[in-house]
Amino acid sequence: MTQTNHIGKAPNRVDGPLKVAGAAHYSGEFNVPDLAYGYVVSSPIAKGKILKIHADEVRALPGVLEVFSHENVPHLAWLDKSYKDQIAPGGSPFRPLHAPDITFNQQPIALVVADTFELARYAAALLRIDYEQEAHETNLEAKRTEGFVPGKGKAGFQPPPPPRGNPDKALANATHSIEAEYAHGAQHHNPMELFTTTVEWRGDGKITAYDKTQGVFNVQNYLTSVFGLKKEDCRVVNQFMGGGFGAGLRPQYSVFMAVLASLELKRSVRVTLTRQQMFSIGHRPNTLQLLKMGTNPDGTLASLQHHALHETSQFEDYTENIVNWSGMLYQCENVKLGYELAKLDIYSPQDMRAPGAASGNVGLEVAMDEMAYAAGLDPLEFRLRNYADRDQNVDKPFSSKKLRECYQQAAAKFGWETRSQEPRSMRANGKLVGMGMGGGVWDAAQKKSAAKAIISADGKLTVRSGTGENGTGTYTIMTQIAAETLGLPLEAVTFELGDTDQPEAPIQGGSWTAASVGTAVKDACDALGEKILKLAQKPADSPLKGAKYDDVEFVNGQLRLRLDHDQAVVLRDVLQASGETQLEADSSAQPNMAKQQPYSLHSHNVAFAEVEVDEDLGTIKVTRVVSAVAAGRILNQKTARSQVLGSVVWGLGMALMEETIMDHKFGRYVNHNFAEYHIPVNADIPHIDVIFVHEDDDIVNPLGVKGIGEVGMLGVTAAIANAVFHATGKRVRDLPILLDKLL
Amino acid sequence: MSQLLTSAPASGGLPAPVPTSPVRLTINGQTQTLQLAPWTSLLDALREYAHLTGTKKGCDHGQCGACTVLVNGRRINSCLTLAVMHEDDDITTIEGLGTPDNLSPLQQAFVDHDAFQCGYCTPGQICSAQGLLNEGRAHSEAEIKELMSGNLCRCGAYVGILDAVKEVVDSEGRQEK
Ligand code: FES
Ligand code: FES
Repeated sequence: MTQTNHIGKAPNRVDGPLKVAGAAHYSGEFNVPDLAYGYVVSSPIAKGKILKIHADEVRALPGVLEVFSHENVPHLAWLDKSYKDQIAPGGSPFRPLHAPDITFNQQPIALVVADTFELARYAAALLRIDYEQEAHETNLEAKRTEGFVPGKGKAGFQPPPPPRGNPDKALANATHSIEAEYAHGAQHHNPMELFTTTVEWRGDGKITAYDKTQGVFNVQNYLTSVFGLKKEDCRVVNQFMGGGFGAGLRPQYSVFMAVLASLELKRSVRVTLTRQQMFSIGHRPNTLQLLKMGTNPDGTLASLQHHALHETSQFEDYTENIVNWSGMLYQCENVKLGYELAKLDIYSPQDMRAPGAASGNVGLEVAMDEMAYAAGLDPLEFRLRNYADRDQNVDKPFSSKKLRECYQQAAAKFGWETRSQEPRSMRANGKLVGMGMGGGVWDAAQKKSAAKAIISADGKLTVRSGTGENGTGTYTIMTQIAAETLGLPLEAVTFELGDTDQPEAPIQGGSWTAASVGTAVKDACDALGEKILKLAQKPADSPLKGAKYDDVEFVNGQLRLRLDHDQAVVLRDVLQASGETQLEADSSAQPNMAKQQPYSLHSHNVAFAEVEVDEDLGTIKVTRVVSAVAAGRILNQKTARSQVLGSVVWGLGMALMEETIMDHKFGRYVNHNFAEYHIPVNADIPHIDVIFVHEDDDIVNPLGVKGIGEVGMLGVTAAIANAVFHATGKRVRDLPILLDKLL
Repeated sequence: MSQLLTSAPASGGLPAPVPTSPVRLTINGQTQTLQLAPWTSLLDALREYAHLTGTKKGCDHGQCGACTVLVNGRRINSCLTLAVMHEDDDITTIEGLGTPDNLSPLQQAFVDHDAFQCGYCTPGQICSAQGLLNEGRAHSEAEIKELMSGNLCRCGAYVGILDAVKEVVDSEGRQEK
């Protein structure tokens, strides 16, 4: 063990001091000269037409620079294609300020730009708009029978696999069976940082957009194709993101508005959405799920059927993978999965932490609990009897899968054996006590990524890749990987990200950043290492003469033979002797398809939760959660634990609090603020134990990491819902479980 | 079925915005004069005029705590108060508690316990925790959790926040004895 061995340890975040001192700059915090402010005006109706915008009254106010709307927006890209970002769903993307048509409530319909934020807000409030209102439909219930099967849709969407076996017959012949419908309303990401873009006008049609996004390259592509800008004139930067959770996967209208205003006014402009407007940029869709299950006499699954229907907008077919997981989490020969969308007069949904899986998992894992009870089995025992050693959806083995170990370790830590199966059989502190569990599965993906590594003569290493940091710990884990690869202390390494001037990295999502960018960083550092080795071998008396790169290692600032540590050179001496001021190397890492192809690549988890329910008041308190995750190798124990802790908080929110409520009369979300859209606060959060079950997996990628940002959310919501049933004997199938549903 | 929604014009044009005036603010021990309109919130004054962006805006409605600062040692939501009301006050923001090279005990505890992810709620959490220390009220875990519940964290770093605040509360308690 050496001090330059960093991977798998628990160093503090390298960007921690900046964040806690308020010195990390988020997108709305770049102080550019001569800045104007834009304020977005949102539609108060869900469907109709704008007849007139009385912009001149507002333009006449001192300090107001312009009012942009469809009435005066200059000619922009014409084709739909130009507005399609990297992960746009099928259909026709929303074009802000394009036409008088209103297709959803809170649609951005104008931008008021003024010398100060206060003036822009004031003027926006005074802007009169005449509308012609049309009848709208925002209620998924009304479209139950109008679901349709979507086409291929967006990147990453996989239509459910075809049915296997004979699911209906198997269900009819099952020893025990259940059938139930599960529902949850819309949920909004609500990162703490508001969507904001500061566009710096650099003169001559050149801009730098400091934009809140999970993908600077995705935004750059969008801007260049919509506004006809050259790449070199349109730099997009995001060094710190105040939370994304999927809300920043696609370019948001804030960046469109700010760039439009900047190009037209030839001035720097900042546009920041309000918290209310944060409910108009995509959401986890309102979803209805029907599950049918049956068991054989031995408690194995005879049939599993899972169908989901969710809302989308009129203009895009937003898709997510909701039901597919049900075909792979448990062993079952007779499976039928179905997936449909229904169009409503709402904005397109958007991927939100563990998109699809979080929804489908609640249906599956609550149904599994119901099935276990129907079959008279302990819910954990029931899952063990149906453990899948193979991914039956694709008929391939898993590259690694330690879900069984997750079950065992988490159950032991939680004390699952103290649970009595009977509902309403456990009490403490005058309350009903319930214990529940749920598990999940998520993709282990890797995307093409590039990086650059530069070492200076004084031994300081800089590595760059245009990925993002939205709280996941990217700066830290990339620093660890780079430092370990070249045998340096963390302090000698600087990792830079979030800039389109850097080598291209994929959108930060899908839990693939560690695997994708991490591999690119390692490759760039290895490529640099090979160059350093060559330099070290130049002197005639080099102790490393004849050594291949595989024969050497970088440790503690030295380069030495793996098998003879005394044959070593000091890195800095090599660099200084070379006479070069710096040395650099690039990488472009891709998944090794040949190696991956024979396998199913997935992470798994399980969560156990305990609740106390006050019988008189119906209040639910989660008192303990144990979460165990098998996600390959963990790069940083501290930041990975934080991701899982955060996931548990999300799971708790989904179970007990989160729902964006639509008033169908107005087609408008009515709780679009933090006072009424409830997310968990500190007092809601119990003691949480996180267990990582290590998996050795060199198939997923050379680093052996599977990603951790999403899998941890699975299982939690169902575990809490199941615990509430165990406590009360009441099965609530529509989330969130609010106290009135228990009374 | 369609319906017209037409707003009535304002008679005699729209009311002109209120003029600005110089406002003297003492922020982190330094007094500066900013040219502000009376409707400028303390939060916007800090972020957009004094360029102290450590204080965050998460809702602008007093619902999230991201904008928490200390005014005369007490924690307040700076989005809910107007800058002009604070000419005689002593305002402390996150930048006044410590710097990246010289962190306050609370800031260091937040780093050590990984009490944040994205870091956007963090300055507000730390200012709130500092206020709570100043108030001398929170001692037990339950009290800290309750008194820190005005500060939302969407990343869900609450376990770390509790551990970090508890560590400093405990160590200050020990010093007092
Ligand atoms: S910004 Fe002040 S409380 Fe949210
Ligand atoms: S650390 Fe991201 S909101 Fe708290």
